[in-house]
Amino acid sequence: MSELINLSLTDQILGLGDKAFSSKEITGAYLNEIKKKESLNCFISVFEEESEEKALIADENIAKNKARPLEGIPIAHKDIFCIKDKKTTCGSKMLSNFISPYSSEVFSKLDTAGAITLGKTNMDEFAMGSSNETSFYGNVLNPINEKLSPGGSSGGSAAAVRANLCSFATATDTGGSIRQPASFCGVTGIKPTYGRVSRWGMIAFASSLDQAGIIAKNAKDAAIALKYMSGFDQKDSTSLNEEVKDLQKEVDADQEHVIGIPKGLIENIKNDQVRDSFKNAISILEKDGAKIEEINLPHIEYSLPAYYVIAPAECSANLARYDGIRFGHRSESVSSLEDLYVNSRTEGFGKEVKNRIFIGTFCLSAGYYDAFYNKALKIRNLIKSDFDEAFKKVSSIAMPTCSNSSFELGSISDPVEMYEQDIYTIPANLAGLPALSIPSGTADEMPIGLQLIGNYLEEGRILNLANKFQKLTDFHEFK
Amino acid sequence: MSLNNWQPVIGLEVHVQLATKTKLFSSSPIAFGAEPNTQASEIDLGLPGVLPVLNKEAISHALKFGCAINAEISEKVIFARKNYFYPDLPKGYQISQLDDPIVGKGSVEIKLGEKSKIIGVTRAHLEEDAGKSIHDLYSNNSAIDLNRAGTCLLEIVSEPDLSSAEEAVEYLKKIHSIVTFLGISDGDMSQGSMRCDANVSLKRPNDQELGTRTELKNINSFKFVEKAIIFEIDRQIKELENGEKIIQETRLYDSKKNLTRSMRSKEEANDYRYFPEPDLIPIKISKDQINDVRRNLPELPEIMKERFMNSYELSDDNAELVTINKETASFFEEVLSYKVSPKNAVNWITGDLFALLNKNDTNISESKVNPKHIAEIIQNIEDQKISGPSAKKLLEIVWSEGGKIQELIQKEGLEQISNDDEIEKILDEVISENQKQFEQLKSGKDRLQGFFVGQVMKKTSGSASPQVVNKLLKDKLSK
Repeated sequence: MSELINLSLTDQILGLGDKAFSSKEITGAYLNEIKKKESLNCFISVFEEESEEKALIADENIAKNKARPLEGIPIAHKDIFCIKDKKTTCGSKMLSNFISPYSSEVFSKLDTAGAITLGKTNMDEFAMGSSNETSFYGNVLNPINEKLSPGGSSGGSAAAVRANLCSFATATDTGGSIRQPASFCGVTGIKPTYGRVSRWGMIAFASSLDQAGIIAKNAKDAAIALKYMSGFDQKDSTSLNEEVKDLQKEVDADQEHVIGIPKGLIENIKNDQVRDSFKNAISILEKDGAKIEEINLPHIEYSLPAYYVIAPAECSANLARYDGIRFGHRSESVSSLEDLYVNSRTEGFGKEVKNRIFIGTFCLSAGYYDAFYNKALKIRNLIKSDFDEAFKKVSSIAMPTCSNSSFELGSISDPVEMYEQDIYTIPANLAGLPALSIPSGTADEMPIGLQLIGNYLEEGRILNLANKFQKLTDFHEFK
Repeated sequence: MSLNNWQPVIGLEVHVQLATKTKLFSSSPIAFGAEPNTQASEIDLGLPGVLPVLNKEAISHALKFGCAINAEISEKVIFARKNYFYPDLPKGYQISQLDDPIVGKGSVEIKLGEKSKIIGVTRAHLEEDAGKSIHDLYSNNSAIDLNRAGTCLLEIVSEPDLSSAEEAVEYLKKIHSIVTFLGISDGDMSQGSMRCDANVSLKRPNDQELGTRTELKNINSFKFVEKAIIFEIDRQIKELENGEKIIQETRLYDSKKNLTRSMRSKEEANDYRYFPEPDLIPIKISKDQINDVRRNLPELPEIMKERFMNSYELSDDNAELVTINKETASFFEEVLSYKVSPKNAVNWITGDLFALLNKNDTNISESKVNPKHIAEIIQNIEDQKISGPSAKKLLEIVWSEGGKIQELIQKEGLEQISNDDEIEKILDEVISENQKQFEQLKSGKDRLQGFFVGQVMKKTSGSASPQVVNKLLKDKLSK
């Protein structure tokens, strides 16, 4: 049955529909693989029995010709999405005992579409990290080379897709947490437009930047999965009340592309292999008929500092609810209210989370607000305008996903060096634009990604371009 | 020590709980006195992943208040997070407003005897309430009830235009009457629907600059506002005249001991680290929306009072009395719909009915005597069918037993005897039983007149017309 897990989502849907195989078979195959590759540490929870039961129901639905769009497809959710009556840890000791009494909209939508949740994937604590090393549950190993990091924060989801432990996985991206691990694991990851997917029930890191998306085997699979996850949700005030386009159709449509490349970008790529691979990817697309234009994004060089003010500021408030009072970790050595707060939070949060709470609290403090937070908001607006201007003449923008391929676990200890992992991915979060990463070559024998950024709500366009690229290349194939 | 040397400067912050069906950011119902934590959803509990959705009814309530005090209305409503830790504050921040409060500068007029004074309102903004900590339920633990968490508050901030405790009380009464007439709050201070903090400072009468202020918390009745401010003015005068400086601090009013005591100094004050709430998008308020609210504004107390003075020829005092709140005013107008004299209606409502309400510790909307009862009682008095004392008795019977006025008059034999012969017969009986007193009366002991009238009333169970008794007694004395 192991060949079933290698199939693309598109082929799995076809095969299930044609009754070439059953959901029971494919679910069983994935569950076996998860057990076999337990040492990768991709999952925090696995729902074995429940998945098997759901597979039987899916097979019945298929038999009765009542199959829903993703009927019987085994998937995984990043452990940042609340699922009713399930442990939802967000990779933290703080929530290691938290059983959610309600479900996230992402889970509900995919569940309603018929997908089977195999389990919940490992992640950096509260989605803060770029290597999956901040997880309370230990780091995930990169399936391609187990000495290396799978990237983060959605490292568990990216590695699970790469290791064929699920058909596709949900993930979240605040500053690159879908795209960077997708790049490191040689898979396709898309962060849609901010507001395209409901944040209801998705544990917040930085509310104005967090966006749920998909990690899949290829652009076509990602398009299908994203289609069933998107849409307006009145429970999320920042959700966009816009029609959901048929991404499945659009990914294969005949579209013209004008690709913008920021001025000075290529020369500034330090890693030769990353630079060559990027140039190669662009020339492949150009040969295929895409127009290439130079664009100006004068303010994106300030993305990283702006992001590392805004995201920690929001996180310092978002994580204030973890106080040991109503849920989550509560310290046992407590003799006063202050002890309860201090000890519960000291014990419950890891080092990186604390770093960011400190940074955020500082940036919002009286006397520093204007110097840091307000200035960061101004930069954010300038970056948005830069993109608006650029999209007047191009239909997508290309950049590398990351300035390097995967690094050795434990090799980066300087937080700022780790933050630089997100240098190419952060601008799309600040502007709220859709962006994806597809495998486009290798550096040091590990995959590297090509990033495509689209205009607002134009997920379909960048997926179409990504699909074109994947028709012309085999970087995305698991070897 | 003398107040003459000092000018108190007072500003009030009034928190009004808005009478919305659901909470400010969740669909939980608002009900006072429900079982603890039964009116709290995952949003009110601040569970991981939840998001606020603004209650439009709260916006419309706030707009009504803004229009009623002729205030500037913000075109854009932005919410902000106010960060502080407290066990009954579930998220570790309160969603409030900092910049662009929904209601900007406005004013109200207060009456001080013959004079009136305009008091400026700086702003009024929407915010969510916290829960309640209960410290006396368990011996070693505190309990938290989150039913109140998330209910809508309108915080109304006055300019420091108030110069005495008396003015502060009048202002508070004015705000109370506006919000209750608008129907945007029940204004029940005993249940915390209206809470008040006062900023108090002193300056020399000719000083331009304000003195150092203290903030008085927890003054939750008209009486306590007065007492707390009087105490605080006194305390500050003593300090200043002893050459001490006033420390800027928050002081708690202890109503049992009638004093204020220091709670925290400025140095210990929270840095709330406000920043724009990223989970909510700015709300636009259109001119049309404001005009619509303005057009549909209910009649406000001073306009109603003026109308009562003009149409019903009520005195200023009487008009004030029946427009004390919306319920009394509509009770009054309903009594008038039965064509009774407005003056009698005022007297009966604000006299005997209010006394009954006080005795039974209830308010007019809970009155067991309805406007029709009052109207019929007045009609019977006006037609001289019952005496005043009988009417009072009747009112008490209706309150405790209910029933129809005409039937009760019959049943209780309260019909007034105005037949001269019948009364004369009883008077003769009284005279013959009290010969000695009658002689004394005849010889000029005038105060015995009341005794004879009283005896007749007693024999007739109060149903004799006192006017007739007096007239007959006079006749007999002059014989």
